[in-house]
Amino acid sequence: MDKYISTPLTNEVIESLQVGDYVYITGLIYAARDAAHKRIFEAILEGKEIPLDLNNNIIYYLGPTPAREGQVIGSSGPTTSSRMDKYTPLLLDHGLKGMIGKGKRNQEVIEAIKKNKAIYFAATGGAGALLSKKIKKSKVIAYEDLGPEAIRELYVENFPVVVVIDSYGNNLYQIINQSS
Amino acid sequence: MRSMRIIHTEDIIKNIKEMCIEANVTLASDVEEKIIKASSEERVSLGKQILEQLCENLEIARNEFIPICQDTGMVVVFLKVGQNIYIQGGSLEEAVNEGIRQGYQQGYLRKSIVSDPIIRENSNDNTPGIIHYEIVSGDCLEITVAPKGFGSENMSQIYMLKPSDGVEGIKKAVIDTVKNAGPNACPPIVVGVGIGGNFEKCAYLAKKALTRNLNKRSHLEHIKRLELELLEEINQLGIGPGGLGGRTTALGVNIESFPTHIAGLPVAINICCHVNRHVTRSL
Repeated sequence: MDKYISTPLTNEVIESLQVGDYVYITGLIYAARDAAHKRIFEAILEGKEIPLDLNNNIIYYLGPTPAREGQVIGSSGPTTSSRMDKYTPLLLDHGLKGMIGKGKRNQEVIEAIKKNKAIYFAATGGAGALLSKKIKKSKVIAYEDLGPEAIRELYVENFPVVVVIDSYGNNLYQIINQSS
Repeated sequence: MRSMRIIHTEDIIKNIKEMCIEANVTLASDVEEKIIKASSEERVSLGKQILEQLCENLEIARNEFIPICQDTGMVVVFLKVGQNIYIQGGSLEEAVNEGIRQGYQQGYLRKSIVSDPIIRENSNDNTPGIIHYEIVSGDCLEITVAPKGFGSENMSQIYMLKPSDGVEGIKKAVIDTVKNAGPNACPPIVVGVGIGGNFEKCAYLAKKALTRNLNKRSHLEHIKRLELELLEEINQLGIGPGGLGGRTTALGVNIESFPTHIAGLPVAINICCHVNRHVTRSL
């Protein structure tokens, strides 16, 4: 079912979404991947301040290509989410509500999604040119030294994703696996 | 004695630069045609939507010069070096890396290489590439540039099977690898398989298999049959585009084989996403 939502997320919106829903997201989201996750994770453990507001927000697992002149951002598809699994439960416990990536998550992440009433979306892997057109603003807000892995704040309009793990812990990949 | 043909490193640099950029914004026509065909034939609605996105993505990439995928990869370069050529102007390896450096800088491609696997600092120019040299007869230099993303690379496998495992063992290895890759490898995928040789040879063959045209089957009858049977079986797994269900899990299975030892049956499976990039030029 097609649904249109905006950020920041609310429990009401999250509860209304179910696995297999085709969702269009509008609003501010953050881009962060491997190296940025490691830093955020370590900062939280050390009790330090982190450079983004996790509360009710979405992190997109993305490291874009450089933008040409006149472009908002370069190619911008999702990277494989499982590499973030180690860090994700802690981020969810600290307010993160949504993630956009591609591919499987481990059981700890699924449990943390359920516990924190969060949600995991998949964007289409390898559709970076198309997805870049849905990003209307982009700025690096932290860890600029990480180059493509810096944290970005993005404003997206009707960014297309599919609900893969909903707040009830249902997992679309597993459902497909069992039905085939 | 036959005279040597001179090829200048400047030519090599220029060509590799252009090939890196070209490979990342346009797909070879055989791969693109398979995606378009799959998009019209897929019956599962989410899977079909994903394939339609991929078709639109390829249009945007080509028309607006935006990389097809943000993971513009680690560059693999296959060089067929004619034994009657002389490379003038410096080292061949440095020329290849300089071509990659210029291509990734001037083409606005992502720099995805860390200089040390443990220290993990970005080399900031996407070098070094991985170069495979083959010395052949003649006076040409054939270059294939194949940037490879790591979403699918990470899902690849090597199996050191026993001779008694036979064709069934090979099939099981390929199917298990594809199943395990599931949505992570960005299906629809291309499956490159290397059979025989030894540990490193089969991995090389699997990578090389990915650069073969998807409409071209092996010239060996028993390997051709295996390619067709595996493609059929993979597409019955139901993984589908994006791993969201459907019949389009793989666009093709290419197998390369090589003689092996009486005690072994090495099999390597190199998974590639639908952005199966490779460009070949001959100098």
